Amino acid sequence: MSPLPQQLVVVGGGMVAQRLVEALRARDEAGRWHVTVLAEEPRAPYDRVALTSYFSGRDPESLSLGSPDLWGDPCVTLVRGRSVIALDLAARTVRSDDGTVRGYDRLVLATGSRPTVPPIVGADLPGVFVYRTIDDVAALRGWVEERSAGLDRPVRGAVIGGGLLGLEAAGALQALGTRTTVVQVGSHLMSAQIDLGGGHVLRRLITRLGVDVRVDAATARIRANDRGQVGRLELADGERIDVDVVVLATGVTPRDELARAAGLAVGPRGGVVVDEACRTADPRVWAAGEVACIDGACLGLVAPGYAMAEVVVDRLLGGSAVFPGADTATKLKLSGVDVASFGDAFARTPGALELVHSDPAAGVYKKLVLSDDARTLLGGVLVGDASAYAGLRPMVGRPLAGDPSAHLLPAGSGAGAPGGDLPDDATVCSCNNVTAGTVRAAVTEHGCIDVAGVKACTRAGTSCGSCVPLVKRLVGDELLRAGVAVNAGLCEHVALSRAQLFDAVRVTGLRTFSEIMRRHGTAVAGRGCDICKPVVASILASLDDGHVLDDERAALQDTNDHVMANLQKDGSYSVVPRIPGGEVTPEGLLAIGQVALDYGLYTKITGGQRIDLFGARLEQLPEIWRRLVDAGFESGHAYGKSLRTVKSCVGSTWCRYGVQDAVALAVRLELRYRGLRSPHKLKLGVSGCARECAEARAKDVGVVATDRGWNLYVGGNGGFTPRHARLLAEDLDTESLVRTIDRFLMYYVRTADRLQRTAPWIDEVEGGLDGVRAVVLEDSLGIAADLDAAMARHVEVYEDEWKATLDDPVKLRRFASFVNAPSTADPSLAYVAERGQVRPATPTERADPAVLVAGTTLAVRS
Amino acid sequence: MCGLDDLVLERGAAALVDGEQIALFRVGEREVLAVQQLDPYSGAQVISRGIVGSRAGAVTVASPMYKQVFDLRTGRCLDALGREPQDLRTWSVRVESDVVMVAADDLEAAAVPGTDGTDRTDGTDGCAGSAGSAGTVRAAAR
Repeated sequence: MSPLPQQLVVVGGGMVAQRLVEALRARDEAGRWHVTVLAEEPRAPYDRVALTSYFSGRDPESLSLGSPDLWGDPCVTLVRGRSVIALDLAARTVRSDDGTVRGYDRLVLATGSRPTVPPIVGADLPGVFVYRTIDDVAALRGWVEERSAGLDRPVRGAVIGGGLLGLEAAGALQALGTRTTVVQVGSHLMSAQIDLGGGHVLRRLITRLGVDVRVDAATARIRANDRGQVGRLELADGERIDVDVVVLATGVTPRDELARAAGLAVGPRGGVVVDEACRTADPRVWAAGEVACIDGACLGLVAPGYAMAEVVVDRLLGGSAVFPGADTATKLKLSGVDVASFGDAFARTPGALELVHSDPAAGVYKKLVLSDDARTLLGGVLVGDASAYAGLRPMVGRPLAGDPSAHLLPAGSGAGAPGGDLPDDATVCSCNNVTAGTVRAAVTEHGCIDVAGVKACTRAGTSCGSCVPLVKRLVGDELLRAGVAVNAGLCEHVALSRAQLFDAVRVTGLRTFSEIMRRHGTAVAGRGCDICKPVVASILASLDDGHVLDDERAALQDTNDHVMANLQKDGSYSVVPRIPGGEVTPEGLLAIGQVALDYGLYTKITGGQRIDLFGARLEQLPEIWRRLVDAGFESGHAYGKSLRTVKSCVGSTWCRYGVQDAVALAVRLELRYRGLRSPHKLKLGVSGCARECAEARAKDVGVVATDRGWNLYVGGNGGFTPRHARLLAEDLDTESLVRTIDRFLMYYVRTADRLQRTAPWIDEVEGGLDGVRAVVLEDSLGIAADLDAAMARHVEVYEDEWKATLDDPVKLRRFASFVNAPSTADPSLAYVAERGQVRPATPTERADPAVLVAGTTLAVRS
Repeated sequence: MCGLDDLVLERGAAALVDGEQIALFRVGEREVLAVQQLDPYSGAQVISRGIVGSRAGAVTVASPMYKQVFDLRTGRCLDALGREPQDLRTWSVRVESDVVMVAADDLEAAAVPGTDGTDRTDGTDGCAGSAGSAGTVRAAAR
């Protein structure tokens, strides 16, 4: 019998709470603690650091942190939408705003901060926002969209505060089409992180984005317009700025009110005072994250918060961890403006030397802070080009190899940024506190062979992602050192990856397997294998217009493609006619039903809104398809790595709620992309309104209707690793939508690895989802016309594979059951009846002939 | 059994001899190899529908069902994909005047492939300790 678990209560449901619960559940194997998280927001903890990306097309769900399973853990309770209003240290209870009182054995205050609202007259007017939660951002977005609709000029916005958050907010406003001004009270932007020289360059970069910047500018008052909404900023120097929306980004205040009321000590500028173990004066109460005042200061960054969460968990489990000190390195996440600051950025260390490279014309400012002997790196500021950040940050406090000024030269100038020489104990990922040694061990001891594996194994690079380039380099170096060739090759016959082979074949124009293997294969390539042959077949099918069973190409096909049906466990096949958009006439249904009846096939409706007919024998496939083709059906490609279905809801033609004709679009898309060969199967979905009855966001390409057009989501997958599709573009008209999907699919077909579905492809392709968006919407690679042409050709040359096969006696020979008895049924097939249909007999049933029914052909036909 | 032209290069075909199913593979202009059609891992008669290839010099077929790889000359399982290795029975094949013939002796007595298994090539997954495949065939053939 294990003792009852102790009750741990966490007040606050932010990123630190999430990390604390995750770490506790990972380490508390004995189940000593039950943890209850009391979250004020109506949702599970999410990635607040990435909040701004909510504007660039991501949705709230994509901000979720860690595994959703965490909140289903029986040792974890998450209470959402409830704030804690009282803490009783003597009774060891907390009281929520609904009156619920909860007892605790241990308590963690992780209440975070609230945005500081400066004492400016008018700061409470409608149209003045803060920038902290998903709800804040959603409200801001809604306001801007509403104002935008009512104005015949661009919306004018201002951000008060030119720090990290203020600039992100300005970027977000700008992305919504707002003409934005940043009002900074200090001498330069991001004054907490970078020096004046960096600030000057940063101002130029921000102005280049179309954002106006005022420095040394205090806001005296916010005036209302005639409708009582925010209308004008008045600055202390008398300048007036007309505005339709204002975002306050003037810092944060720790939410220490519970602790204050309970009598716990707070710091001079707020925050619950804790010791190096993150413990308050009450030994049963800890504080972690922004609310904790540690070493006399509150830290408004996530990395120290995570470190505190780990310390608390260690202590709860009997450990003796102490807070290691704050890594205050920061990086601005604003598209087009690279800023990073780390270590002693202001050279406050006595005797510190500053090495500066400034190129205002190019918009680059770089500074390294070194010890007095110019050897040890103490910190730095990077503006305009922060590519050295990931490599330099872990070197803080360590001697730099070679000439330090090499690190200031432009990227790609041949200067060796650190990587291979990084000590094992250097922190690579400060969000998750992963060292270079841990990353290396993932390769050498845990057998990880790629960045994705190392990320999953160590969590390095899974939060802010800024260290991924460094992780990539470490993994590459380590694999090389271990003698593992970093081999993206397919198999012993082909040393190229699928994407490389695709390009090679496209460029050389070779069209037969033997030519391709002679040119692009390895020394032993001759015969190929079950890996490379279907890949070549798929590439040729994507590039060329020939039939999948033409000549030599037939031998390359996987068994399903070879007979254009799906192999089942007993060696029989299933047949799936295409039913575009799931729309089928009564006559069509009758025709399919009659075929199933005549051949004794088991029928089942598929998840893709069509009908699967099981139990067809090899030699029956042509006869069955003759009947189906005559009834107007064509191959559904259920057997191929190709487009499967476009699932749809009934849409605006019948549905009371539909806003667009989902079925018509689904049929159009299915007919457009049918037969398109791809690295893996492709599924599409179209929903006629935001209710999303077609579950389109579970598809590789999901389309959801809006009043103004279509929202396009990509990268949804079911299967072993379910993924929701992410928003690629909004409110597209139908022609733009089709063009965008054309390019997305073709880009995927050309660059994905073998058997890589769209979700992992988007994770790995250059630039991730933003990169894909740039390629398909902005033509950043200059290949859009090429992708369009490739898809146009696919549409033009499509023909039904089954119809073409039925017309070709040579191809039909492949459907002989036996070469010496072409129409004899496989005598080993045996079936039993179940719920009015047949299914393959189990081994036990085979031993008892009494339960067996005939094969899958009715007596009338055999 | 059949004519050479009935077989497609680099692809398999099934043949039925006295109720027994054999998979024939034409791996060269005039070279045909024969193994059991029964896939020992799925119990289905499907080996002829697998993809022909090579592994470290050996001519192979990958089962279309669960993708185990077999050496077509010896019947030996080269990659059991984590399962217990089970080999395929083989038959010797002669091609005369474009007619494919399977040795009658072999049809009578079950061949025992892999007894000459000293030529295992490095790099193939181990199938050591494989049960005598004659027994395997009988047991699996029901």
